[in-house]
This record gives sequence, C-alpha cells and structure tokens, in this order.
Amino acid sequence: MSRLLIKHARVVDPTQKLDHGLDLLLVDGRVEKLAERIQDSRAELLDATGLVAAPGFVDVHVHLREPGYEYKETVATGSAAAVAGGFTGVCCMPNTQPVIDNAAVVEFVRSRAAEVGLARVYPIGAVSKGLAGEELAEIGEMVRAGAVAFSDDGKPVHNAQLMRKVLEYASLFGAPVIDHCEDAHLNAGGVMHEGAASTRLGLRGIPAASEEIMVARNVALAELTGGHVHIAHLSTRGAVERVREARARGARVTCEVTPHHLALTDQAVVDSDYDTNTKMNPPLRSTEHVEALIGAVRDGTVDCFATDHAPHHDDEKALEFDLAPFGVVGLETAIPVTYDLLVRRHKLPLRRFVALWSSNPARLFRLPGGTLAPGSPADVTLFDPDAHDVVDPERFRSRSRNTPFTGQRLRGWPVATIVGGKVVWQRPRR
Amino acid sequence: MPVAPATGLRGKDLVGIDPLSAGEIQLLLDTAEQMREVAERPIKKVPALRGKTVVNLFFEPSTRTRFSFEVAEKRLSADSLNFAASASSVEKGETLIDTARNLEAMQPDFIVIRHRYAGAPHRLARILKASVINAGDGAHEHPTQALLDALTIRLHRGTLEGQVVAIFGDLQFSRVVRSNVLLLSRMGAKVRVGGPPSLVPPGIEQLGCEVYHRMEDAIAGADVVMMLRIQLERQSRVNFPTVREYYDFFALTPERLKLARKDCLVMHPGPMNRGVEIDSRVADGPQSVILEQVTNGVAVRMAVLYLLAGGQGEPASD
Repeated sequence: MSRLLIKHARVVDPTQKLDHGLDLLLVDGRVEKLAERIQDSRAELLDATGLVAAPGFVDVHVHLREPGYEYKETVATGSAAAVAGGFTGVCCMPNTQPVIDNAAVVEFVRSRAAEVGLARVYPIGAVSKGLAGEELAEIGEMVRAGAVAFSDDGKPVHNAQLMRKVLEYASLFGAPVIDHCEDAHLNAGGVMHEGAASTRLGLRGIPAASEEIMVARNVALAELTGGHVHIAHLSTRGAVERVREARARGARVTCEVTPHHLALTDQAVVDSDYDTNTKMNPPLRSTEHVEALIGAVRDGTVDCFATDHAPHHDDEKALEFDLAPFGVVGLETAIPVTYDLLVRRHKLPLRRFVALWSSNPARLFRLPGGTLAPGSPADVTLFDPDAHDVVDPERFRSRSRNTPFTGQRLRGWPVATIVGGKVVWQRPRR
Repeated sequence: MPVAPATGLRGKDLVGIDPLSAGEIQLLLDTAEQMREVAERPIKKVPALRGKTVVNLFFEPSTRTRFSFEVAEKRLSADSLNFAASASSVEKGETLIDTARNLEAMQPDFIVIRHRYAGAPHRLARILKASVINAGDGAHEHPTQALLDALTIRLHRGTLEGQVVAIFGDLQFSRVVRSNVLLLSRMGAKVRVGGPPSLVPPGIEQLGCEVYHRMEDAIAGADVVMMLRIQLERQSRVNFPTVREYYDFFALTPERLKLARKDCLVMHPGPMNRGVEIDSRVADGPQSVILEQVTNGVAVRMAVLYLLAGGQGEPASD
C-alpha cells in the first residue's frame, strides 16, 4: 500500500475545471481524492506550497533512439530526461534501427521502459515497413502490443495513396496518424527557413510552402477518409490556416507545436553564427510565422505542445551547418520555455497551459491520465511558476546536449514528477 | 561624404564583409592601393610577414583565388603551405575541426580557407588562435573578391559613392554577390542586382540593393556592370531551361552594353563562361577591366594579411 499526500498545492486540472489551492491524496497508484484539507496519518507528505500540481504532462513527440542509436539516447536516459523535465509520459517515434514497424519492436521498447520504471513510454509505430513509404506496416499487431499512434516521422508519407490507406486502416483502432509535413522536392538541400536570413547566410532554404502543401494534402485526405490526422510540429502561418479551416469544416485534423518553434526565429541562426543547435526540421521560421503560431496556441487551433526531442551526439553536431543532423533536445527545457513565453509574456491562462501539455494530448492519443479526477492514474507534474534558472546542458539527464537554449534565464521550472503515485524525480536543491 | 579610414582592423579574422565597418573597408582599400606599388618594383617583395606562416586550406577547387593568395603571401615574405582537400585526410573522414586543430598544432599565423559550406570559416575562427581568412564559403561570402572589385572600381572612378553598379546572373548560388552588395552599399554605391527570377533568393534586397529581373532594366544607365558566373555544376535542371536560352535573355552582349553609361566598366569575377553569361566581344572589349580585377586581387590580399598581422599605416619597406 502506497499513500502520498500532496499538501497546499495549487491544483490546476482542466478536465475538472479546477484551479484552486487543494490537497491531493494518491493511494496505490490512483488519485484517491482532492479536498481543501486532507489529513492522513499513514501517508507520506509532500509539501507543495507555492507549486502548481497538474495532471502528468505528456510529450507526444520524442525520439528515444533505442534500439540502434544508443550513443544518442536510450530508453533509460530519455526516460530520465522526461521525468526531470516534468513529464510523466512520452510517445516515442519509430525511426530507430530496427524501425518500430512490428509488434516485437513495440514490445522491446515497452519492456525497456518498464525495466527503467520512470516515465510511461508509449511507442508510435511506423506507417510503412522500414519507413520506406511503400508497404503498410502491421498496424493492428502493433496496436495490440501497445502502439498508440502511427507515423513515418522524420520523413513525410509522400505517397498519397499510402496516406489514404493508413488513415482508413488505423481508424479501425482509433489510432491517429501523425505526419511530418514537407515536400521533398521543394526542400531540396534546404537546411533552414527560406527567407532573408537564409539568403544572408548563403544557406539553402526550406520554404514555408513545403510544409503547407503537405498539410493541405493531409487535410484533404482526412476529409476523404474520416480518419484522424495529427500534424507534427506545425511551424508556418499557412499551415495554421489550413488546420483552422479544416477544423471549422469538422475534419479530424489535430496538431502540435514545439517550444522551439514558438520561442525562436530564424534570426537565431544568424545571431549564433551558424550554431548547428539552431538546425532542425521544420526549421526555425521567421517572425510572421512565429506570431501566427502563438496566435494559434491562444485561439485553440493548436491542440498540444510537443518537443520533438531529437538527441544527437556532440560529434555529429560539431560539423559544418550543412552536414550536421537536424534536431534539438527538448524534454528538459520544455516547461520553462513554454511557461515563460506563453503564460508569463503572453498571458495564456494556466489552465490552458496545462491542457496543452496534459489533458489534450492524453485525450487525442487516448492515453491513461491527463486528469486528476478520483480513480485516474496518479501521474502528477509539480512545477514552480516562480522559480528562475538558467539552462545548463551539463545538468541534463539526456545523453545529448544539443539545445538552442543554453544560457537562457527562464521562469517556471518543474519541481517533482510523480508517476503511478511514486515520486520518480525531484529537483535537486542548489 | 567620404568615410574616414579606421586605424586598424578590430577582429582577428576576415570571415566576411558583413562584420566590417565602412572605416575598415576604407582602410583595406587604401592599404591595397599602396600594396599595388610593390608589384611595380624590380624585386616584388617586402618583409612585412617574414617569419609568419600561412596555411591555404582549400576544400574546394580554386585556381585563381588560391594563386592570388599565394602570390600575396610570397610578396609579403610569409611562408605558405597549401592544403588541397583531395590530397588530405578529409578523404579519410576527418572532420573540419580536427583537420584545423591539427594544422593549428603546427602554429600557423593565418589560415586561408575555401569551403563548399557556408559558415565553415566562422566555425574555425571561433576555435582557432590563428587569423582565419575566408576565401569563399558556399553561397555565403567571398570578402576578398568584393574588396578587389571595389578597389578596381575606385581606381577607375576615384570613389564608390554614388556609383550605379549592376550585378547580374546567378544570385542564388553566388557568394560574390552577397559580399559585393554588402560592401558597395556600405560605401554609398547604388547597387542593383538581377537575374532570372528562378535564381533570385528571397529577401536579397535586405542586404542593400534593388532587384531587377530583366537584364535591360538592370543595366540601364549603370556605371559598372558585373556579370556573375553561371555555376553550371551547381544547377539543377529546373533553374533555367538551357544555356542557349540563358545567353539569349541574360547575357551581356555588345547590344545590351549600349544601354549602360558610355564608359561603363565591365567586370566578371571569373572563371567566365564565354558565350553563356558574357559575350567574348564584351569580355575582351575596351570597357572590360576583368584582368585588372585579377591584378588588384593580389594587392587586396596583401592588404588583408598585412592588416590582420597588426600592420598600421604604411606597409613596411626595407
């Protein structure tokens, strides 16, 4: 029997329309009750004065790199990074080696996560065998083994017929299909957003239209099939507009946006003098796009945040800008980056902030949690909205340190992470 | 209004025109003008860089720029080493940074780098103690080319200010255009750039120029026309239809040159594609200063090396 009593928290739970000072009792891995004052002599106490207690945050877009790229990240180091970043659950992308395109690899990742026993790990299966974009992978078997969604992430599903079929087929299991939207021909060799900054730096550009074309296609296919398409890392104004229009017509189109696409522009590549930690795909966009994304977060077009946590080894990132791989880590900076930007600077209501990191992604991906209603899993994220700190990659639990936020002073840091009623991480006192 | 020359260069490196002030550009051009005189001497050598070591690190084939740097280094009495990527450890998979660190362990004073990827010199400049000179990085900058072009114009016209300079051709893949626009606009010239719309990168006007698409409009009344090389090796087959059609619409021909000022200078950074972007009658004609550009390239590179080595005022003479 485990009992944990969280005292004096500001409990923010959009599913119960809560934002009050409350105590929260967790018993045997479930939420037992919430009340203004709970006394329980048998429970372990956690004083949460000054902290926000929210249903466990979920990051639906991470790369754990295992199997195959353990030098970048493993299920163990990625899980440690997740809980240290305030996440109780993550969905991991299938572009591993071997690819997560069959039930055995799904089971392998889940069993590694269970051994590690930190965050809940939900594998995302590949749409196509070997991510080759040709043959449909064994979607049903992977669902049975625990896959929660399907994606060829890293690559778009170029073949529209394949995209149509997977939307139809996956709907049988209620699983969303996630697409990384880009047109390979338009991207040809591009390494940053196409615009005045890429022209100045002499780097090949990735035009916004490259993403927008694929988003528009996916909207059309969602409408054709009635399937649920989830747009990964939305990054342009036009893409926001396509999603907004589609939703107004009732299409099952949802989307996520990353902290880095909200907090940084392509000017970061200029200012950092070609720092490869500003290289990701989709690329950091120009101000007009970033403003549109912030607007889309505020008006509800964006369903959830997600980090696209993409660990790469220092040696890989220490190459010429053109040669370095795309991607940045995000798990251990996500909460402060989004809290500082959106809640503090843009006055996003705290309840909406929690919904974007917790209840919304849990609902979209049909994950347990996302709520603190009595009886639900005792997954809780505790964060301190007033805590200041500087991003220091040397303190990351992740195996990689490729962040564009090094040295930034941010407010709103996670303090403790509780998974299944157990405190799996607490911020070290410094 | 004339710009007062700076008394020295602020940075350790020359990675581009962008970080330079107008005063620094003025100083570089003034110094280069003095360096030209060295080539007129019976013994074309001064001891300014005696005992200094220069590594010419060329990751991309180059004849003109590499020779020009070498001549400049020799005229300043520096010891130079040539490193061609094809004959190097790069082929064995060594990274740029490791290659550079290994070279640095031999304690050179300068590293002149040509690289196919933008930003490579900047990366080296950050980690090396040696002065890094960018001899062309991808489609980004080629600062010594812009300086030699500016010197050539200045020698003919006395000033850069108010000169209408039309730069025409493949803007997308050209490092020459970026450095030239930055330099010329900073020094008060009126810069026009142009090329087929499919080879004009977005936002280039923000570097300090006006954009034209029709050749005739770009060169009308110009004081200087600078033609850019069509980098045939870098083109995909969708950028423009054929070389034949390119010549037809976008080449500098004697007929088109008549639209410019009567004494308009004709420039080209080389190597030329005769009969593609430039007609031989123009390239070899009386208005062409293309070979003077090459001569001035040596003087400019001498000035860059000399000033980065800390030289001030008059170049040392014996």
